[in-house]
Amino acid sequence: MSRVRDYGSNTYPTTDLNHHILSVLVQNRPGVLARVSGLFARRGYNIYSLAVAPAEQEGMSRITIVVDLDSAPLEQVTKQLFKLIDVIKISELDPTHSVERELMIATVKAAGAARGEVQTLTQIFEGKIIAVSEDNLTLSLEGHPDKLDDFEELLDSYGIVELQRTGRVALPKLDRGARLRVAN
Amino acid sequence: MTAQPTDTSDSTPTPATKEHPEGERITGAQALIRSLEMEGVDTMFGYPGGCILPAYDPLLESSIRHVLVRHEQGAGHMAEGYAHVSGKPGVAMVTSGPAATNLVTPLMDAYMDSIPMVAITGQVPTAAIGSDAFQECDTVGITRSCTKHNELVMTSQSLPMAIRQAFHIATTGRPGPTLVDVPKDVLVGEMEWYWPTDEEVLASLPGYRPNMKGHPRMVKEAAKLILEAEQPVIYAGGGILKARAAEALAELVELTGIHVVTTLMARGAFPDDHELNLGMPGMHGNATAVTAMQKADLLIALGSRFDDRITGKVDAFAQNAKVIHVDIDPAEQGKVRRPDVPIVGDARLVIEEMIVQIRALLDSGVTQADTGAWKSKVSGWQEQFPMTYEPSEPGAALKPQFCIEQLRDHAPDKTIVASGVGQHQMFASQYWHFNDPYTWVNSGGLGTMGFSIPAAIGAKAAKPDSTVWAIDGDGCFQMTAQELVTASLEGLPIKVALLNNSYLGMVRQWQEMFYDERYSSVFLDSSALPDFVMMAESMGCAAIRVESPEEVGPAIEKANSINDRPVVVEFRTEAAEGVFPMVPAGASNDDVILHPTQQDRKEHLS
Ligand SMILES: Cc1ncc(C[n+]2csc(CCOP(=O)(O)OP(=O)(O)O)c2C)c(N)n1
Ligand SMILES: [Mg+2]
Repeated sequence: MSRVRDYGSNTYPTTDLNHHILSVLVQNRPGVLARVSGLFARRGYNIYSLAVAPAEQEGMSRITIVVDLDSAPLEQVTKQLFKLIDVIKISELDPTHSVERELMIATVKAAGAARGEVQTLTQIFEGKIIAVSEDNLTLSLEGHPDKLDDFEELLDSYGIVELQRTGRVALPKLDRGARLRVAN
Repeated sequence: MTAQPTDTSDSTPTPATKEHPEGERITGAQALIRSLEMEGVDTMFGYPGGCILPAYDPLLESSIRHVLVRHEQGAGHMAEGYAHVSGKPGVAMVTSGPAATNLVTPLMDAYMDSIPMVAITGQVPTAAIGSDAFQECDTVGITRSCTKHNELVMTSQSLPMAIRQAFHIATTGRPGPTLVDVPKDVLVGEMEWYWPTDEEVLASLPGYRPNMKGHPRMVKEAAKLILEAEQPVIYAGGGILKARAAEALAELVELTGIHVVTTLMARGAFPDDHELNLGMPGMHGNATAVTAMQKADLLIALGSRFDDRITGKVDAFAQNAKVIHVDIDPAEQGKVRRPDVPIVGDARLVIEEMIVQIRALLDSGVTQADTGAWKSKVSGWQEQFPMTYEPSEPGAALKPQFCIEQLRDHAPDKTIVASGVGQHQMFASQYWHFNDPYTWVNSGGLGTMGFSIPAAIGAKAAKPDSTVWAIDGDGCFQMTAQELVTASLEGLPIKVALLNNSYLGMVRQWQEMFYDERYSSVFLDSSALPDFVMMAESMGCAAIRVESPEEVGPAIEKANSINDRPVVVEFRTEAAEGVFPMVPAGASNDDVILHPTQQDRKEHLS
């Protein structure tokens, strides 16, 4: 598929060489997200995306952060993060050795002839239509962030009314042993 | 007015655990004060108000001495001064809202300089949090980036654990300030007393495990590099003092014969009188210390952090040096300069292990490289470029350097010096001879004007038998002088050497050098107002004004003889005096500007 990306719009490539994924296990205590995001703000590190939810252990949450390393070397980011008392463990996930997923929901203009095209497109991508109105369709798609990028780009030509992505979540791949690096 | 110690000042030992049966029902306020006692707090600095009120009641029965300050910023800096000289965490307790925000500057100061400090702040009742209640502020939010850790305590029952965690975090690893925010209802409510064990405290902080011992392979590697180096310099920072590593450092120097520079934060960590001490490096460091670092083939950084005031332009800093970097904070490794040998650990433990490894290498027949050529080069610089200033012309204002020399020469052994921020701070650091650790208290990282008087008071509270001189500027003095009332009433007779040059001298110097002498908002006119002698006397101090060189010595002697109240000696000093040497901000250390009388032979500095 030949793709022309529009860097001027809000469509960015998520798999960027300078993006790294940190999976941060934290104690689930009040203010922990503020501590993490505050640290990024204060030290001038850029967060590309962020997803937070309770982890498998009781009292713990996992924060998946995609860091833009144009702003700071990864080593400094992880070391500074690890200084936060509530941070238990940091794993750096190499995109080639991890599984990544993201969820997108989007409302797209789909009146007249466009309706069928949007439906077909959604089928090809194995997405779902989750709400319907006369002029619009609301779609959902779960998958690798790159797949979501492609889908979003194609939808763009029909007119995206509203769109929300969750930010990526990731875990190490099981097969050949994920290269999992734990800070300290 | 005479100084009168308050009746709580004779601190009795901390009550033992046995006295407090587990399960005893007490209020949160009682639990808070008892927890502080259990942590060994003998002195705290504070100021009461609405939300913290309940905690002030059990204080009446406590063994803890509470020093009532005149401004919460003062409480914070006093806690810092106390911690600086005693090594114990300083404690400050204030109420919510404006009191908590008044504490922000000292918290940031302590954070920058890694000072162990525990702040207790009152907070509006839990039910009112988030409602913009009277004197509510988001204290944990505001102080998140200026504390090592902070915590809002939501139940009375969790107070002892919160206090134990705060002390543990403040004093271990890289020390720093912590803050415990306590809502009023948490203080009023009842709890069942218990005192968490060390194990419980550790278990409650699974993400906090500071690394103490350096990696053995790295330490071995460091030992090897040290013996191979022909132009080595030990770059000793404040971490030496935090780690109580001064003795270990002295032993390392004796063993290896390597020169030491002591940063602004490390003055006193190695004796200035020792022939291998090159003194202070950095923006206003002496020419030899700056140049020795610049030309070294090995920098042994011990508890120092490559601050921009030390490195100058980073790319041009010590370009031929390999770097061994010992720091307990892993994030300092490679933050500014990539080390060849990074060692994460406690400076004392690592240096001790380094010594073992160096001895082992020497015993196995390895010989230390010849540093003779380097040493004669260094002594050449020392001879040619000593610290210097021109004496004052007859009838002209005093030279600040002269005043500091006189203070130094009249000072009893182990005098503690606390300084403000500005030219006077640099002169103090340059001209004092620091021969003992924990005798220099200053605001290095944040550069907080107004630091010296409250910090000196805190130091005096920790070391009542030591002479404590605050060396202050006329600008700084006007920021926190009201704490001299605290000093008078609390029986903490510090001495203040006020170097009054009528200017924000340091800023004036920058305008002189970098803004074509266009002086903008730096003239304080403090030879006219205020009348510092009257001001000091009104606060219960003895006060002396000194204008001519002959008066300097006698005035200092008189000040040293007064011990029943604080003393302020105002020295009228030369406004146009500049601090030299100077590496302009952002410039390379190679471009250090020497004293005008030395600048013409600068080419010999190579
Ligand atoms: C709280 C604060 N405000 C401003 C500054 C900027 N500043 C640094 S030194 C200085 C002048 C200090 O004047 P003074 O206390 O008279 O000392 P001097 O330099 O004259 O010795 C100023 C304004 C600062 N360091 N701290
Ligand atoms: Mg001044």
